[in-house]
Amino acid sequence: MLKGIRDGLPLAIGYIPIAVAFGLLANSTQLTFFQTFLMSGIVFAGASQFMALNLLMVSSHYEIVLATFVLNLRHFMMATTIRKTSEPFNPLSKILTGSLLTDESFSVAATGPKPLTAPYMIGLNVTGYLSWVLFSVVGFVFGGFLPESLQESTGIALYAMFVGLLIPAVKGSRKVLMLAIISAVLNTVFTEFSLLSSGWSIIAGTLFSAIFIEFIYRKIQSPAGGV
Amino acid sequence: MSDSVLLLIVGMSVVTLLPRLLPFFILSDKPLPPFWQNVLGNIPYAILGALVFPGSLKIHEDMWYGLIGILVAIVASWFVKNVIWVVVSSVAVLTIISVVW
Repeated sequence: MLKGIRDGLPLAIGYIPIAVAFGLLANSTQLTFFQTFLMSGIVFAGASQFMALNLLMVSSHYEIVLATFVLNLRHFMMATTIRKTSEPFNPLSKILTGSLLTDESFSVAATGPKPLTAPYMIGLNVTGYLSWVLFSVVGFVFGGFLPESLQESTGIALYAMFVGLLIPAVKGSRKVLMLAIISAVLNTVFTEFSLLSSGWSIIAGTLFSAIFIEFIYRKIQSPAGGV
Repeated sequence: MSDSVLLLIVGMSVVTLLPRLLPFFILSDKPLPPFWQNVLGNIPYAILGALVFPGSLKIHEDMWYGLIGILVAIVASWFVKNVIWVVVSSVAVLTIISVVW
């Protein structure tokens, strides 16, 4: 579990600026303190929470829930991956691993040592979760006091973390580089030309890249050795 | 207003929990065929690409702001292993740019 917590630290730190920004925005969107706390506590999905704040004034609640569903379908793909690369979990571990799974905790877990154990996943997930909920509330109360230059620059934090997880794998493998480039290009094309909403776009770009590369590699090498 | 916002939050919670939890409870323990095992192994790296682009270019009206942050992160992660330092160096460079501009 300690290893999970340690690997969860960059993620917890990366969440701080985003969570503070969420709390700040929630405050200015006239969510109450309790509603802000509750949303971070039981939804725990950054992109969806920001979207909900944006849509709150212009869309029906039904539409927001539907958009949230589509945006988070990608977690189905991630949960499936974790499920198939971990040792068997008991029901409580399944709930703590699944319900607190995020893009970030998935990325850390999936690029880390295998097979994934339940204590590792729980340590990793809970560390990120506590940071998210705590700093959403902090943002609600204090967000306005942050200097603007810092508010701006911390927007890069989670993206920098993704890069930090990707590059070490890229170094050892051209396949990994191709996987990332293809999905990045596809996702950019899909969203910039408004072909797909951002949730579907990430799913489509990722699946296409992951399957396409596997076909290529099956052609050019005999029994594949994985990444 | 307040009651319906609570309902909204609960609704959002349900639809985020479903895709996160279902795979753990509906999928069998049986391993997948090797081809699909490999595809699942590819997903983390593919998704990292899609998560970084184009999102990182949109954190500021000026696309270069995010791009510089990403380039700093690439250089930093080439040399240091700990992801925290990658994040810190990228944020630090952008903070300096924000102040200087």
